[in-house]
Amino acid sequence: MLYDVPGPRGRRRILVGSIVAALVIGALAAVALVRLAHHGQLDAARWKFVTEPSILRYLMFGLLNTLKVAAVAGGLALAVGALMAVGRLAPSVLVRAGATSYVQFCRSLPVLPLILFIGLGFPELGVRLPAFWFLVVGLALYNSAVFAEIFRAGVVSLPRGQREAAYALGLTYWGTMRLVLLPQAVRRVLPATLSQFVVLLKDSSLGFVISYPELLRRGQITGEFTHSILQVYVVVAVIYIIVNATLSYLVHRLERRQKRAPTVRPAAGASPLSTPTGRAAVRAGGKELTGR
Amino acid sequence: MNVVLHHLGLYWSGLWVTLELTVLSFMCALLVGTVVAVMRVSPAAPLRAAGLLYVETVRNTPPLLLLFLFVYGLPKVGLIYSLFVSAVVVLGGYTGAFVAEVIRSGINAVPVGQGEAARSLGLTFSQTLRHVVLPQAFRTMVPPLGNLLTALVRNTSLAAPIGVLELTERADQLNATAAAPVPIFIGVLITYMIVTLPLGAVIGAVERRVAVAR
Amino acid sequence: MKKRFYSLAGLFAAGALALAACGGSSGGPGATVNTDGYKTVKADSLPASPTLDAIKARGKIVIGTKFDQPLFGLQNPTNGQIDGFDAEIGRLLALRIFGDPGKVSFIESVSKNREPYIQQGKVDAVIATYTINATRKKLVDFAGPYYVAGQDIMVKANDTSIAGVTDLNGKKVCTVTGSTSATNLKKFAPTAQPLLLDTYSSCAEALSDGRVQAVTTDNVVLLGLISRNPGKYKLLGKSFTQEPYGIGLKKGDDAFRSFVNDTLATAYTNGDWARAFTETVGAVEKTTPTPPALDRYTHS
Repeated sequence: MLYDVPGPRGRRRILVGSIVAALVIGALAAVALVRLAHHGQLDAARWKFVTEPSILRYLMFGLLNTLKVAAVAGGLALAVGALMAVGRLAPSVLVRAGATSYVQFCRSLPVLPLILFIGLGFPELGVRLPAFWFLVVGLALYNSAVFAEIFRAGVVSLPRGQREAAYALGLTYWGTMRLVLLPQAVRRVLPATLSQFVVLLKDSSLGFVISYPELLRRGQITGEFTHSILQVYVVVAVIYIIVNATLSYLVHRLERRQKRAPTVRPAAGASPLSTPTGRAAVRAGGKELTGR
Repeated sequence: MNVVLHHLGLYWSGLWVTLELTVLSFMCALLVGTVVAVMRVSPAAPLRAAGLLYVETVRNTPPLLLLFLFVYGLPKVGLIYSLFVSAVVVLGGYTGAFVAEVIRSGINAVPVGQGEAARSLGLTFSQTLRHVVLPQAFRTMVPPLGNLLTALVRNTSLAAPIGVLELTERADQLNATAAAPVPIFIGVLITYMIVTLPLGAVIGAVERRVAVAR
Repeated sequence: MKKRFYSLAGLFAAGALALAACGGSSGGPGATVNTDGYKTVKADSLPASPTLDAIKARGKIVIGTKFDQPLFGLQNPTNGQIDGFDAEIGRLLALRIFGDPGKVSFIESVSKNREPYIQQGKVDAVIATYTINATRKKLVDFAGPYYVAGQDIMVKANDTSIAGVTDLNGKKVCTVTGSTSATNLKKFAPTAQPLLLDTYSSCAEALSDGRVQAVTTDNVVLLGLISRNPGKYKLLGKSFTQEPYGIGLKKGDDAFRSFVNDTLATAYTNGDWARAFTETVGAVEKTTPTPPALDRYTHS
């Protein structure tokens, strides 16, 4: 959109530019590799740990710990987030105020000091739990607020007719949310939700400040033990990238599937409320209406 | 409680470093983000690929790991920078990847007709960008950029494990000698909120003012 | 579609909870080669003590120790075990309580977390190059000491500019947050520029990278770091403090403290202490010292 389909001169210029760019990038990469080799960082001895099954097991259990805490914290954050999203749109002023305060408050908390506060402070107040649960609470508190905003945006983006139809059927606010609006909203914002889940997974690496043996800390210990800090960090980064890129790829696939699926489309000429099946469909969360 | 009140000076100096980190990193992020965004929309395939590689690599790695790589990994090849500079570069580069995506979506959100009209007027690629596309894209970019700035304020706390004396690290060191985590860390969280809550309100106000009525 | 979504979500939640129930992993139990030769046996009777009751109920003793300190507490990534003198003392305690040195589990306790973990009951005891001093005694109790070290200075092997602690003034020095080393540095070299990190291994990296010119902490800790990086660093060998290492315990549980002191006393006389020392710190300290006198203080 920024430029016309290039003509022959344009194509030549782009080709030249591409070749120059490729050469520059290649040169930079070469310089980096030479520098690494010069400082002995490409020596086989430093990379040997990749072939040691015991070290790989050690790191993989670190990854498992990371995934465990992300899964549990994510589940908790999703549940609380959905609740808060519904609360923010509730008719009752009190509920709205409460939910809004919670969301505004938790969204502005930085995660690292929050985890330190929970991990070091809660025990002072008498709450004794394994580091795992402190980490879960910290991650869930912040991310529930972000999910709440995401879900709220999803609900708000739904056609007004959905809510009106549900009210017309006699559903209460909470019933409307639970059966009609929230399911559709969640489907709509699934990509954003999963993107935030990737952020949550990355934040789990902060667990080491309260001695939770997740992947990053285990990588640190391995690097110091095998004298190959740079190499271990690179490998750990690759692991994180693979896990997160896989999640993001799933997001991508879902986004494409959503674009293909049609939105609310009443049967030709009739309104969805005129037939018993239509009414049942609205009650069931608009399954039939979305054509899936 | 007294602990916090006696050491307000520590909180202040930590907050000051946090703010310095935020401002410098964000400027770095805007720079990096613009460059990478331009790379991603350029007609030269190698540039597009490099831009994509940068964004995907940085976005899928925990920023703390990036910091460790920079602070503990780079010296192994002879590149060593001060802790503060390292934090600015890494946080700026990390946020920059997200800024690049925001800019790119912003550009893509501008209707195709704008570009076509610009070209029919004879504007070149860079003129189109500068006079037609970017000003309009900017309006849609304000809310997400504002979110990134707020996230950056919070991410500066990651400089604590590498020893930068920002707010979280000051509190952590204070707690190591004073052993009063509840008031100390509540103080930290409140101090961060003093920055992020008004920032959120300002961003919301700016958002409403530049919002495009479609 | 909705049913499938909810059933998938339910499965996911169930799976996640099942994984969570597996329990967070900490350092593995210790059945290293060393423990076969220990002479300490299970105590005939255990005194009444809330800590000991909890330990018995749990079936193992939970010890806070360092995971990255060579010679004292170092986690071996190939097997998850913790090796070192502090870990061996922990195993001797397990031996005395349960008759099995493997009934111990280790949790990483970096310097600044030692008091909080004891106070919170996250660990039953902290054995982590933990210097006894009056300030700490206000928060926790100590059994021992079981070793006396001295604070010293480590520099790069070819650095001749630093000869003693006063030379640290005006230079960048690394030590660990929440350690006596940090307080002593301020006392003995007030104008030194401290860089405080979480672990000594990070400090060694900082020294190696040139971020700091010296690392200061107890001589045995530094010896451990030196031994793992042969030829890179050197110890000045001029310790300027006395650092008695103790076993950190919950304040007020005097019965448990007595029990721990008795275990140490037994280990002193039956040679287990010396054996633990030679198998760990002995790698760099060739002469085994005499065990220090135990301080069985009473609360006044």
